[in-house]
Amino acid sequence: MSALNIKEMIGKKRTLTQGHRMCPGCGAPTAIRQAFMGIDYPVVVVSATGCMEVSTTVYPYSAWNVPFMHIAFENAAAGISGVEAAYRVLRKKGKIDKEIKFVAFGGDGGTYDIGLQSLSGALERGHDFTYICYNNQGYMNTGAQRSSATPLGANATTSPAGSRSSGKLQRAKDLTEIAAAHNIPYVAQTSLHNPFDVMKKVKRAVETPGPAFVNILTPCPLFWKIDTSEQANICKLAVNSKFWPVYEVIDGKYYLSYEPKPPAAIEEFLRAQGRYSHLFKKGAERFDLVADAQRDADENWEKLLAKCMR
Amino acid sequence: MSKPQCWQEVPLATVAFGASALKVQTGLWRSSRPVIDTEKCISCYKCWLQCPDDSIATDDEGKVAGINLFFCKGCGICAKVCPADAIAIYPESEFSEEDREGGKTGADPGEVGAHVG
Amino acid sequence: MSDKKKIMTSGNLAFAEAMRQIDPDVVAAYPITPSTEIPMKFAEFAANGKVTSEYIAVESEHSAISACVGASVAGARVMTASSANGVALMHEIFPIAASFRAPIVFGLVNRSLGAPVNIHCDHSDSMPERDSGWIQIYCEDAQEVYDTVLLSVRLAEDSRVLTPVFVCQDGFITSHCYEPLELLSDETVKKFVGERKALYPLLDTDNPVSYGSFTMSEYYFEIKRSQMEGMNNVLPVYAELAAELEKETGRYYPPIESYRADDADYIILIMSSASGVVKDVVDELREDGIKAGALRVRFFRPFPRKELAALAKGKRGAAVLDRSASIGGTSPLAAEVRSALYSLEEHVPVQEYIFGLGGRDFYAEDAHSVFDDLIKGRYTETPRFIGLLEKDDKNERA
Repeated sequence: MSALNIKEMIGKKRTLTQGHRMCPGCGAPTAIRQAFMGIDYPVVVVSATGCMEVSTTVYPYSAWNVPFMHIAFENAAAGISGVEAAYRVLRKKGKIDKEIKFVAFGGDGGTYDIGLQSLSGALERGHDFTYICYNNQGYMNTGAQRSSATPLGANATTSPAGSRSSGKLQRAKDLTEIAAAHNIPYVAQTSLHNPFDVMKKVKRAVETPGPAFVNILTPCPLFWKIDTSEQANICKLAVNSKFWPVYEVIDGKYYLSYEPKPPAAIEEFLRAQGRYSHLFKKGAERFDLVADAQRDADENWEKLLAKCMR
Repeated sequence: MSKPQCWQEVPLATVAFGASALKVQTGLWRSSRPVIDTEKCISCYKCWLQCPDDSIATDDEGKVAGINLFFCKGCGICAKVCPADAIAIYPESEFSEEDREGGKTGADPGEVGAHVG
Repeated sequence: MSDKKKIMTSGNLAFAEAMRQIDPDVVAAYPITPSTEIPMKFAEFAANGKVTSEYIAVESEHSAISACVGASVAGARVMTASSANGVALMHEIFPIAASFRAPIVFGLVNRSLGAPVNIHCDHSDSMPERDSGWIQIYCEDAQEVYDTVLLSVRLAEDSRVLTPVFVCQDGFITSHCYEPLELLSDETVKKFVGERKALYPLLDTDNPVSYGSFTMSEYYFEIKRSQMEGMNNVLPVYAELAAELEKETGRYYPPIESYRADDADYIILIMSSASGVVKDVVDELREDGIKAGALRVRFFRPFPRKELAALAKGKRGAAVLDRSASIGGTSPLAAEVRSALYSLEEHVPVQEYIFGLGGRDFYAEDAHSVFDDLIKGRYTETPRFIGLLEKDDKNERA
């Protein structure tokens, strides 16, 4: 792998251009920008339905400066399977001579939920592609509904906090672990507050032959109820509080990318976001849920550490 | 390519052409505006790396030169991540009408197009 | 000609054999009765180096058609097959494939849609896809399946058409019955189908385009209208291609096959395999001096309305036999026929029949009784059912 040099990146042709219509302060375009910064190959991109897909391709304009395809919500991985298979056969037949890389992406709705089967199928079949999940922990394109990536206690529009409910009452699914269970050559979890971690991991994913999966934490200011300027700060807090560990699984071996010393309390991460404000409402505090969230983070962290190479 | 004017002009197969969104002036959404003090700027690129809209303009040497107001939506991330306190955010209302409309300060969008093409 | 070969085979294997000769770039498929043999046989070809294709054994029909769309948009020649619930699961992606002008050739082996679950033939799987923007061609026998697959590759990929094709055949009746079939040589097929030239291939990284943009009311209508033009060009382009293939095969299939219908007074309109029985009955009635005829509708999309009106003009009665129902509405073929005949100055009485649901057999006596209805002028407002167990029937289930 060549070193990542910012000045080189600044001069490079963009994969995603300006003029996209994502909300101000959205983490998704940042994550996707960062993801492509370190890639030096021609790429073809396939996207699931979602904010990024809709807002980057408002007809007749497209903010993609590489070939891009969106078919539907649940099938980005199946779609790219076809593109990649076509590439392999056309290259074998001598109709294409250059080396092209394939990247599919989706939000957590299109990846954890409706697209999980298609993703699992594509990972199992071993297509040479990278799947990036830009994970804002819910369905943002339709207005902040809960997904299986939404964490415990979050106030989402289909798991609202009310007089008899404290937001989402279930834990988030651990999709990175599910991806790793496919025994694919590369799986990683990362966060956009550390662009070099994102770039390095996506670059490795793309350059690794076979399927790779990268899960990037990308805040949505509207759902998380944070200021539009807070994306990097809140991500940093997510990692420092062990809410979102950053790590890699290379050929089945776990490597921790960063260990916060000392870790921040989950409560600090939760208090920084409006989606958890009901947990701290005067007179109706739900410190039990906060404690559950802390225990989950601690246990997940210990499980992860036990797997990691030391 | 100009916008299709009738169904016969629509490209086949739902196709839109690459990088055509560069014509879309998302800067019109902005309600607050970042201003870079280039004296204070240390060109660490933290703002460039975190900008969702790729709106940190750079000069020929690759140094941070200003904000591309044609695209900048005014989220304020750049100011928040700046370690040198070189970026300040002002309400758009403090700038003149003419200045707001055209996004005349900062880099010319034509230059942005050049390195995307 | 000497380079032709006669074999005994089935509709499914005829489709698979055509695929082997065409040697498409990508096949992504998922097993479902009764079309399973097609991908199974093709996977065997791939495993033994008989084709150069990439075979993708996906995890669902939805992913099968999604991968087909991806591969087709990438610039590859793509084929697949499915039936019944598999087709229904793909439903979401069919209009997208058509909008992307992805020239996929699809072996649709007709089977009834559940519930109750039933593996036998009717057209309840393909008919719901009639508005998906795909060409639909219904074949009577294995030979026609074979010839139609070859034609469909050219038709789908023609720059004036660029529209995916369903090549439909009746589940089990056509797909599994062995019959004699004449194959062209591999070289003749390769020469006939040529190579695909894609318009905006996704793998052209030097000229990036975006497929499947978010398009609101500003342009959606124009894109749909543009898409319709491809379908509008199907029948004239098909006529050219069918004449070209006829030079090799000696066989020509018009959009609607007219069987002794020119001078007929009474006609049955029907699709696919059941038309064989009707033709036999037409012959029997002709021997008795009754001017009976049959029209076998091959193209359901685009529907050859002008051709149909010309063929049905002046008839004293027409019976439309649908192998699927549109519950609460007019059956699909009957609706099209009535609509096409409405333009005629002289009214042709039409009676709607529903037959063969879930693979219920259709006998010569059934066709006789339909002609008898027409001759005696027995018309009803509501559709009649052929071969249905009625309350007062003498027949008993054993």
